[in-house]
Amino acid sequence: MLQEESDLSLIIAQIVQKLKGSSLYGQLERQAWASLQRPEIKLESLKEDIKEFFKISGWEKKLQNAVYSELSVFPLPSHPAAPPEHLKEPLVYMRKAQGSWEKRILKSLNSMCTELSIPLARKRPVGEQKELLNKWNEMGTDEPDLSLFRPVYAPKDFLEVLINLRNPNYENGDSLSFRTHLGLIQVPLKVKDIPELLRCDEQSSANVPMITLPPSTKSFSELFENEHVRIGQKVLAEQDSAAAQQYIRQGSPTALRAELWALILNISSQPEDILYYEQLKTNVIQHDLLVDSLIYKDVKLTASNDDYYFVFEDYLYQVLLCFSRDTSVLDHFAYNSASPPKSYIRGKLGLEEYAVFYPPNGVIPFHGFSMYVAPLCFLYHEPSKLYQIFREMYVRFFFRLHSISSHPSGIVSLCLLFETLLQTYLPQLFYHLREIGAQPLRISFKWMVRAFSGYLATDQLLLLWDRILGYNSLEILAVLAAAVFAFRAVNLMEVTSLAAAEAVLADLSTLKVMPLLQIFLFATVT
Amino acid sequence: MAGKVKWVTDIEKSVLINNFEKRGWVQVTENEDWNFYWMSVQTIRNVFSVETGYRLSDDQIVNHFPNHYELTRKDLMVKNIKRYRKELEKEGSPLAEKDENGKYLYLDFVPVTYMLPADYNLFVEEFRKSPSSTWIMKPCGKAQGKGIFLINKLSQIKKWSRDSKTSSFVSQSTKEAYVISLYINNPLLIGGRKFDLRLYVLVSTYRPLRCYMYKLGFCRFCTVKYTPSTSELDNMFVHLTNVAIQKHGEDYNHIHGGKWTVSNLRLYLESTRGREVTSKLFDEVHWIIVQSLKAVAPVMNNDKHCFECYGYDIIIDDKLKPWLIEVNASPSLTSSTANDRILKYNLINDTLNIAVPNGEIPDCKWNKSPPKEVLGNYEILYDEELAQGEGADRELRSRSGQSLGPRAGRLRDTGRTVLTTWK
Repeated sequence: MLQEESDLSLIIAQIVQKLKGSSLYGQLERQAWASLQRPEIKLESLKEDIKEFFKISGWEKKLQNAVYSELSVFPLPSHPAAPPEHLKEPLVYMRKAQGSWEKRILKSLNSMCTELSIPLARKRPVGEQKELLNKWNEMGTDEPDLSLFRPVYAPKDFLEVLINLRNPNYENGDSLSFRTHLGLIQVPLKVKDIPELLRCDEQSSANVPMITLPPSTKSFSELFENEHVRIGQKVLAEQDSAAAQQYIRQGSPTALRAELWALILNISSQPEDILYYEQLKTNVIQHDLLVDSLIYKDVKLTASNDDYYFVFEDYLYQVLLCFSRDTSVLDHFAYNSASPPKSYIRGKLGLEEYAVFYPPNGVIPFHGFSMYVAPLCFLYHEPSKLYQIFREMYVRFFFRLHSISSHPSGIVSLCLLFETLLQTYLPQLFYHLREIGAQPLRISFKWMVRAFSGYLATDQLLLLWDRILGYNSLEILAVLAAAVFAFRAVNLMEVTSLAAAEAVLADLSTLKVMPLLQIFLFATVT
Repeated sequence: MAGKVKWVTDIEKSVLINNFEKRGWVQVTENEDWNFYWMSVQTIRNVFSVETGYRLSDDQIVNHFPNHYELTRKDLMVKNIKRYRKELEKEGSPLAEKDENGKYLYLDFVPVTYMLPADYNLFVEEFRKSPSSTWIMKPCGKAQGKGIFLINKLSQIKKWSRDSKTSSFVSQSTKEAYVISLYINNPLLIGGRKFDLRLYVLVSTYRPLRCYMYKLGFCRFCTVKYTPSTSELDNMFVHLTNVAIQKHGEDYNHIHGGKWTVSNLRLYLESTRGREVTSKLFDEVHWIIVQSLKAVAPVMNNDKHCFECYGYDIIIDDKLKPWLIEVNASPSLTSSTANDRILKYNLINDTLNIAVPNGEIPDCKWNKSPPKEVLGNYEILYDEELAQGEGADRELRSRSGQSLGPRAGRLRDTGRTVLTTWK
């Protein structure tokens, strides 16, 4: 009891600390001062009256949303004496692995730099600045020669690193038993099984299952749909983040999705946000970074060729180029096992005062990175709002898909969860695929790293991402991957090579996410 | 059992031929006894022309109506729609209602258009009313964007002014006829690019009108960013969405071909603009297609040997109002991407299933009412018989569960019943 209380006060202290630095604090203060003019505020009961005013005017709700947002993003501190690295990643071997992976990436980046004799960053001459400003809305056309650039790494390179991950303290012995994990990931992390997945997550007290069964008849479904929309509109009217998050677990109606996501992510387009985006845009105009070319290359290789997203090519540049320069993103490294790469001003190697993070936001894009942004273009067509939503999605979820950590939503856990689900519930299939040299993870890894973007049809993808937001977890990616294999099990049992297995699973664009998940979660468990 | 269907075509496209072969039909030449002839528009002219006096027998079907040009020639389409509107106005129909500015409330779906050189003086009058407007010149008989150009100055069409002054009888037969329409310079842009909608509509009979809309239409995007700037009026890559033009652009992509499905469009519009305005837009699109068919129905030769699959081109402006640009009698069956090939193959497949029931030797006396199961990706757009027979309810359901939307609402307000909207 005492421990809980002191934990709680620690959390409260942390959140208060964080919010004091936010613009919301300034706004609340201003509102409080302004409210003194109001007749209902009396000096004798000042505190209560102001609190009441906040409640009625909706400012309490905003504060609530901000607190909720902090709780969702920041991990709860385990122990007041825990060092900051533990917040990033508690397990030493994971930290070490992430460190050496980062070294490799940086080396690759630096060598490309040297080979092509391109500086990591340079200031643009005024003429070039003007030209870029004119072309800002159509950077997709007339791009520079990118033939010499290669992506710094691709998901399959990352997979190789994960496969070789080992816990030095763990010795599982050589004898094979039914406990032996047949998959590629060989680290002892705890993952959920289906009954656990179907139970509620720790935060909510109501016993809401992860996936609900749909109503069976058509007319009932229309009634359900209309009711669902009505409730959604009510949730939006209340402007309550927590309620929105609960609501979206059942999926979002198309027309309400953009607003719901913004509410859950606690994004409101304030003038200062738009100003901030414009500032980032100015940074892009003034300085050219090497990563810009990587971004260009990535967009040209992926989104430009995609049936759904090619239309939004120019928005992708506008978002990603600004993203690379956004130093506020550095904050998320407090709870990300990764660390931003450091670079030193020429000639001052090793001197901390001359160290800069490169790129400024500390995130080096890899092949397929732009696909995190692409689906969002279907929801937001204002660049600054699109930018804010993407940034928040990245620092809450996407970063976990390409850093090595023990977090349950981290890519390592997702891979293990996927393999375990498959081995537990479809052992015959798993064994068969393994025998023909087609380890399932080799096929499903790319789906999970990209959160299925570019593989599913957009409307289905958005329904999937609804659940990621609703449950504040990426585990559903692993479950869906397993469900896809389960769905195609009959065909997969007949293939005899990795290439053939890839072919069976090459086209996911016709799949419907919710029925697939339901069949897997409810019908597979005996 | 009757023999196999004998087919002929003068359009050598795989999407057609594969469909015929998969049904086990037999290819013959046009001089032999054939049952099904998929013709180009030149051939249909010959088949039905007065000189040849071709008589089709009961077991022969062709894929064009004899005078389809009433709908598919740009000038005749506009003429017929104008006539239709005037007729409705004369009989006092609520459909022909106008607003304070004299614009039709429900039938204003074709941009202001004039024939040249015949209407040259009328055009000049209109042009002078808003001299900063842009107009688009289109040759009446051409396709694929050929010969189209934009103008914003009267001097650019001087030669049509000269022609109009001379004796009309002589010059019109030598000079090519053009239409000039008000250019929609505020198209809805997505990702900063202009696009248009290509929808396929199958008409099995005009009287009673029975038409089907293919659910899998698509949007064609320009590869270059849209700008209404006058310096780019000559840049056809900015303004014309025809694939025949766009595919020569530098940035043309052969994987997606600059095409989006209509369902993508719907998803995007619903997500960014909301459900009501999106549903209203699509309702209006259906409405204008049906109205255009009703406009030409009285003048169409409703030959029972005929059916036709039209390619409708529609542009949406930034106020989410759809405009009918033109109707194509012979929509392209060339496939620019893999997805395209699949789409067109399925389009022909579903079309044949409706036009030639059960794939058997046709009897043109049949009632042209296919069972629901064979529709495939088509849905009933309008069925005049159903609408008149069992009243509004049936008609509502036949529109695939879509509500009649604002149209019915507005007309109910004027005191008439829902039934009359579709008569």
